[in-house]
Amino acid sequence: MVPLSHYLILSAVLFCIAVAGVFLNRKNVIVLLMAIELMLLAVNTNFVAFSRYLGDTTGQVFVFFVLTVAAAEAAIGLAILVVLFRNRRSINVDDLDRMKG
Amino acid sequence: MLSTLSDLTLMAPELWLAAMACVVLVADVYAGGGRGTVAYLLAQLALLGGMWLLLADAVPAPEALFGGAFLRDPLADVLKAAVLVLTVAVFAYARGYLQGRGLDRGEYYVLGLFGVLGMMVLISAGNLLTLYLGLELLALSLYAMVALHRDSLEASEAAMKYFVLGALASGMMLYGISLLYGVTGSLALDVVARAAAADASDPVMLLALAFVIVGVAFKLGAVPFHMWIPDVYHGAPAAVALYVGAAPKIAGFALAMRLLVEGLGGLQAEWADMLVVLAVLSIAIGNVVAIAQTNIKRMLGYSTISHIGFLLLGLIAGTRDGYGAAMFYALTYALMAAGAFGVVAIMSRRSEAELLDDYRGLNARNPWLAFMMLILMFSMAGVPPTVGFYAKLTVLKAVIDVGALWLAVVAVAFSIVGAFYYLRVVKLMYFDEPPEEAAVRAGLQAGTVLSANGLAVLGLGLLPGALLALCLQVVG
Repeated sequence: MVPLSHYLILSAVLFCIAVAGVFLNRKNVIVLLMAIELMLLAVNTNFVAFSRYLGDTTGQVFVFFVLTVAAAEAAIGLAILVVLFRNRRSINVDDLDRMKG
Repeated sequence: MLSTLSDLTLMAPELWLAAMACVVLVADVYAGGGRGTVAYLLAQLALLGGMWLLLADAVPAPEALFGGAFLRDPLADVLKAAVLVLTVAVFAYARGYLQGRGLDRGEYYVLGLFGVLGMMVLISAGNLLTLYLGLELLALSLYAMVALHRDSLEASEAAMKYFVLGALASGMMLYGISLLYGVTGSLALDVVARAAAADASDPVMLLALAFVIVGVAFKLGAVPFHMWIPDVYHGAPAAVALYVGAAPKIAGFALAMRLLVEGLGGLQAEWADMLVVLAVLSIAIGNVVAIAQTNIKRMLGYSTISHIGFLLLGLIAGTRDGYGAAMFYALTYALMAAGAFGVVAIMSRRSEAELLDDYRGLNARNPWLAFMMLILMFSMAGVPPTVGFYAKLTVLKAVIDVGALWLAVVAVAFSIVGAFYYLRVVKLMYFDEPPEEAAVRAGLQAGTVLSANGLAVLGLGLLPGALLALCLQVVG
């Protein structure tokens, strides 16, 4: 059996990749949305691993809710993206600089 | 555990609001022509009905519903009542603005109602899942609301920034929650609390705490997780900035109360240390950067950040008096913010009156409106006899009582710096020449609500005893 720590390390690595994706990416807003999705999947890995390790199903139930919320979040994120593209004709992260101060 | 009928009756306000939000959604589709009116009236009915259901069944002692997932206690009742009352006022202010700016569709009210539902679920959260769901329902409604003005470049940019940063903060907080679940083996806040008290030095627990703090700080808007606040307040239509600025602060306080105080109370010493840094930075940066602003919405955004710093001081104290003071601060700040953004929304009906210069000579154009803004600005600056003074005083007293005198000194020093930009607004309104002579009309509805709001700020400053006693009673 794969020990718990392997899952936790995997999840931590995924989480770090996701955070790095949000902060390092300067090109495309869609990549930001993907990074956010990856972050939630890292959390889900954590929940499922803990749930199996503890022999308690609540963690897996939590994952269902996270998946549902993630779907709603992606829908709203993409809707905002469409509005943004209509107004600006660009989805470049560096172009989001109209407001400063 | 099976849910019983009594569990459902105790969560009647939430069920009613969820049903009514769906009714408003459908009614808005079928109403055709004057559809904003139908949605507005139904939304106000939903809020008042929710208020009635809440008060009709107010609980004297805590009750845990659905196996502890949903708590109905006096703290939740008071916070929910405040959220409902403030949202009634917010909708009344927003109505004239939305009509004037061609945004008078049902979406604002539907999203507003779902946001209120999210806040109420968050306030009543008894386990981490309910907490997360309430938080996300509120956040998702707010993201969509900020983008309400679809043709505005600023609004869509603000919505995207808010969405990305908000989703990032939710993800961080969720990672913390997953670690908490792993360490304690449960999602229930009372089980988490026992585990935290038993083993406060567990490194994984501290790691989880750090991630959770990031989420709480972001939702409240404390430095260094404040980047979204100025942009959202600046870019969003005034009616949305009004909504974002008022009731969600109460929800943010509830989040901190449930998660940090009730869930992780055993780690109070650890999280207080982290919050000290956030509070000092918030008070300093909020007050100093606000001075440089020429846009009143942006200025009020930085002012929010500094007020959040004060709110955190109450939590840092970690005593019953401190929590009570923080709650008093959250409630009264939300009241002040609703009033100040209400004035901005009334001024912005024809075009976005967002520059400080637009408020020059307001006294000549509408003396009552200027006077209400004067009270609100004095209250935010902390000038007696307004409630803002009393709120700051109780928080500072709680901090001094636990021996952190230096924190109180820093807070007072920066709030004196901050008084400058509030008084500048007063100076512009009373001593400068108006850019145009046309009178500003508030209208009967918004005018009445604004008068009540301004007088409440003054009245609570003169007689703060009852509300403060109530706050102390429900947090204990």
